[in-house]
Amino acid sequence: MLMDGKDNVRYKTFSRRAALIGGLQFAAFTALASRMYYLQIIKSGEYTMLAEENRINKRLLAPLRGEIVDRFGDVLVSNRQNFRVMLVPEQTPHIEATLDKLSRIVPLPDRQRARIIKDARTSPSFLPILVAENLDWETFAEVNIHEPDLPGIVPDVGDTRHYPYGPDLAHVVGYVAAVSEKDLEGKDDPLLKLPGFRIGKSGIERELDQELRGRAGASHVEVNAYGRVIRELAKDPGVPGAQVSLTLDMEVQKLATERLRGESASVVVMDIYNGDVIAIVSAPGFDPNDFNVGISQKKWDALLNDPYNPLLNKSIAGQYPPGSTFKPVVALAAYESGMIDPNQKVFCSGKYSLGSHDFHCWKKHGHGAMDMHDAIMHSCDVYFYEVAKRIGIDRIEAMARRFGLGDTLGFEVPGEKKGFVPSQGWKRATRGEPWHQGETLIAGIGQGFLLTTPLQLAVMTARLANGGKAVTPRIVRQVGGKLDQHGPYPELGFSQPGLALVRKAMDSVSNVPGGTAYRSRIAEEGMELAGKTGTAQVRRISRAERETGVLKNEDLEWRQRDHALFIAFAPVDAPRYAISVVVEHGSSGSGTAAPIARDVMKKVLERHPQREIAMRRSNEWREG
Amino acid sequence: MVDAFFSSGGGRDLSLKDKFLEFNWGFLLLLFAISSLGFAMLYSVADGSFDPWASRQMVRFGIGLVILFVAAFVDIRLWMNLAYPAYAGALLLLVAVEFIGFRGMGAQRWINLGIIQLQPSELMKITLILALARYFHGLTHEEVSRIRNLFVPAVLLGAPVALVLKQPDLGTAVLLGAVGVALLFLAGLAWRYFIIAGVGALAALPIAWNMLHDYQKRRVFTFLDPESDPLGAGYHILQSKIALGSGGLFGKGFMEGTQAHLNFLPEKHTDFIFTMLAEELGLAGGIALLGLYMMVLFFGISVSLQTRNQFGRLIAMGVTINFFLYICINVAMVMGLLPVVGVPLPLVSYGGTAMLTLMFGFGLLMSVYIHRNMEITRNPSAFW
Repeated sequence: MLMDGKDNVRYKTFSRRAALIGGLQFAAFTALASRMYYLQIIKSGEYTMLAEENRINKRLLAPLRGEIVDRFGDVLVSNRQNFRVMLVPEQTPHIEATLDKLSRIVPLPDRQRARIIKDARTSPSFLPILVAENLDWETFAEVNIHEPDLPGIVPDVGDTRHYPYGPDLAHVVGYVAAVSEKDLEGKDDPLLKLPGFRIGKSGIERELDQELRGRAGASHVEVNAYGRVIRELAKDPGVPGAQVSLTLDMEVQKLATERLRGESASVVVMDIYNGDVIAIVSAPGFDPNDFNVGISQKKWDALLNDPYNPLLNKSIAGQYPPGSTFKPVVALAAYESGMIDPNQKVFCSGKYSLGSHDFHCWKKHGHGAMDMHDAIMHSCDVYFYEVAKRIGIDRIEAMARRFGLGDTLGFEVPGEKKGFVPSQGWKRATRGEPWHQGETLIAGIGQGFLLTTPLQLAVMTARLANGGKAVTPRIVRQVGGKLDQHGPYPELGFSQPGLALVRKAMDSVSNVPGGTAYRSRIAEEGMELAGKTGTAQVRRISRAERETGVLKNEDLEWRQRDHALFIAFAPVDAPRYAISVVVEHGSSGSGTAAPIARDVMKKVLERHPQREIAMRRSNEWREG
Repeated sequence: MVDAFFSSGGGRDLSLKDKFLEFNWGFLLLLFAISSLGFAMLYSVADGSFDPWASRQMVRFGIGLVILFVAAFVDIRLWMNLAYPAYAGALLLLVAVEFIGFRGMGAQRWINLGIIQLQPSELMKITLILALARYFHGLTHEEVSRIRNLFVPAVLLGAPVALVLKQPDLGTAVLLGAVGVALLFLAGLAWRYFIIAGVGALAALPIAWNMLHDYQKRRVFTFLDPESDPLGAGYHILQSKIALGSGGLFGKGFMEGTQAHLNFLPEKHTDFIFTMLAEELGLAGGIALLGLYMMVLFFGISVSLQTRNQFGRLIAMGVTINFFLYICINVAMVMGLLPVVGVPLPLVSYGGTAMLTLMFGFGLLMSVYIHRNMEITRNPSAFW
């Protein structure tokens, strides 16, 4: 052993310290192992979840939106294939060159092109970018043929909402459009954030948006750190939206639309017993397809500035003085008041004086002696001035409300307006002025403060015709095959003899020579209608004008002309349908509105058997 | 002359056959096992392909084996003679890298020698051990703690640390410093120096902090609160912890690691390879690797304790500590216990220079083992 003593000391120190370092190393390894145990065993669950969140991406699949059909199953709103062209930037060596080639097939305006290039630069290069959509079949086919020469271009077929009837149904079915910031407020359906997703913005599309939308499907995909999809792990196809069946009869709707062409007008036809709306037209319409793809500023400005106001659903949101169509209501109020003997005659000289003020009848030289029946048949204003004065505004108001005027009716198409029925209390409370008797007189002929919507007029007529049941209108028949039940409707407690008298008078309006709408009667036996004309004044006629001679409506500019109104029910002996027609500035109820009502009602009655058969079939099918 | 040196040391020349018999083949098997785990992980990183990493790593391991054998069979006394020249050479290269080196990963670290790109700081890790071992071999226990004898080791250690810091490569500088200090400790330097140095270091901490580069400071901040910036600087640590944690006890299976294969895990073939291993093979796999590492460390310490010359003891411990620090810093880093510094996992991470340096170190260790019974005089300066 040559190890000297000095080395022995060194070795002892070395050994001690080496052992110490060895111990430290062991301690360090123990610490590392404990840390591993902590991460991999104790916290394993938490980190496993985080790893799955990293790895798995849920991609929503938009469900197919439900169709909307009429009562016969005719498709009113459907989904159409949307031929699109996408670009995957990483698959093309040169985006500009590819777009140049593509633009020989699909025109690409500079602005669109700039948008594509910007998108390509800002989003991950493997994500497809929308280049163009709603292509026609020929263009799309050509893109497909040239696909090998267009690196990065991917033709793709999506779904888009299609409105085959365009403007004819715009106000009923409404339209869908891209989701706005406001739509997102307070909603957490992740579908809303899907690019290109559309939601119902008006009409039935809006009212039944949830039902039509369906439930989103999802594709669970594995993605890498950069978001590229590696593979699909699971797929849930979702549930397509429910089919919505409307009470409409599209044939009637089409005819009514045709008859209103060129007018600013509305037609509402409904079943007086179950409230089914057979046709509801507001003219002119607009094309909902424009809103789906994004309406151009020019088209939008044109719609906004059109004096015929195509964006307004006049059937439910247009408010008009009912004019003489209100007289049946006043007559029934008078009958029920017991203050008026319907047989008692009032003499019409053409004007009625109240204090220093004269109230004129539409017939300048007067009707002579008029009882209640004749006054309705000839639409004598003086008779109703007298009756209104005697029973007072509050009785008229109460009766109007029982007929459904002055309030919304719970219709499924959103946007209903209330109209207006004045009363003494209202005037005192809001204007701080007492009610004037002259205002009662004006209300007696459906003018003044009174405002009604065409839908209210139809309901009013239906309640007259069905013997006083509080029918309300409905347009949704089935949602997803489930019948939307309405009624039975409560009794309004009208005097039946009173109703009979009014109905008889309306029969005379249309079917007795001399009646204001005799020229627009339905001659076919069993289809006769009973109506009431109305001509609502939109301007005040001055004394000076009366003296110099009132200008004929035809000589006034359109905006100044009277509104033309007509209400009717049919068939006269066994009523089933009620109709209201309002033509803005149409000059004359009997001349403009009544013929339209006659044509539409005739169509309604002709198609009545088909509707009944279809109804019975669908009932049988449902029952088994 | 040579004879005189050997006889004065009382050593006995070993024949090649003796060396073969003395060679510890079990240790070689251990290194092979660890490296094979690395090959497997590199194969997995490439989604089941030897290309581009696993095959190259195998070639490097092969070259490393040759280096190991050569280093092991060289007489320990020759290593002692080469210690200072080798150190001087490495130091020169470190200076040269300042002028002719090129930048990689934001730091000036590499020299291009035509066929290979050399990282002088790696070379320095071994030659520093050699030089310090050589120096302390010549001092008695009493001499070690004399202040005048501290000047040489301070320069030996300080010069390369300063040069590496300037590159800047904080990780390597810390490694060099730690190994050097450990060798001073093992050589028997009195405790008081360490206490004084410790207090001094604490006092100097604020100054050192100010000298750090911005990216180094950011790493420290990120380390202290990785969740503060999960998509930015803290991303690596967070994703590494997720990968580890989701591995569980037995892992997701070989080649099934989602964090690694879907690229959520950064640098998974180099610095974060341990994370990938623990994700795919779980706690069991991770502990198994640490166990293998511990056997290497145990072997190294036991060699140092069996060796009858101070030079060999210090080499054995120096190589072992260097190896340990690599493992410890890397594993602690991927588990979020240390800031992210570029330290690879020895024998497993992909990387040529580190592999070759390590194998060279193990060759030295083996040389020490083979010559463990050789006694060498404290003062062989007679031959110089």
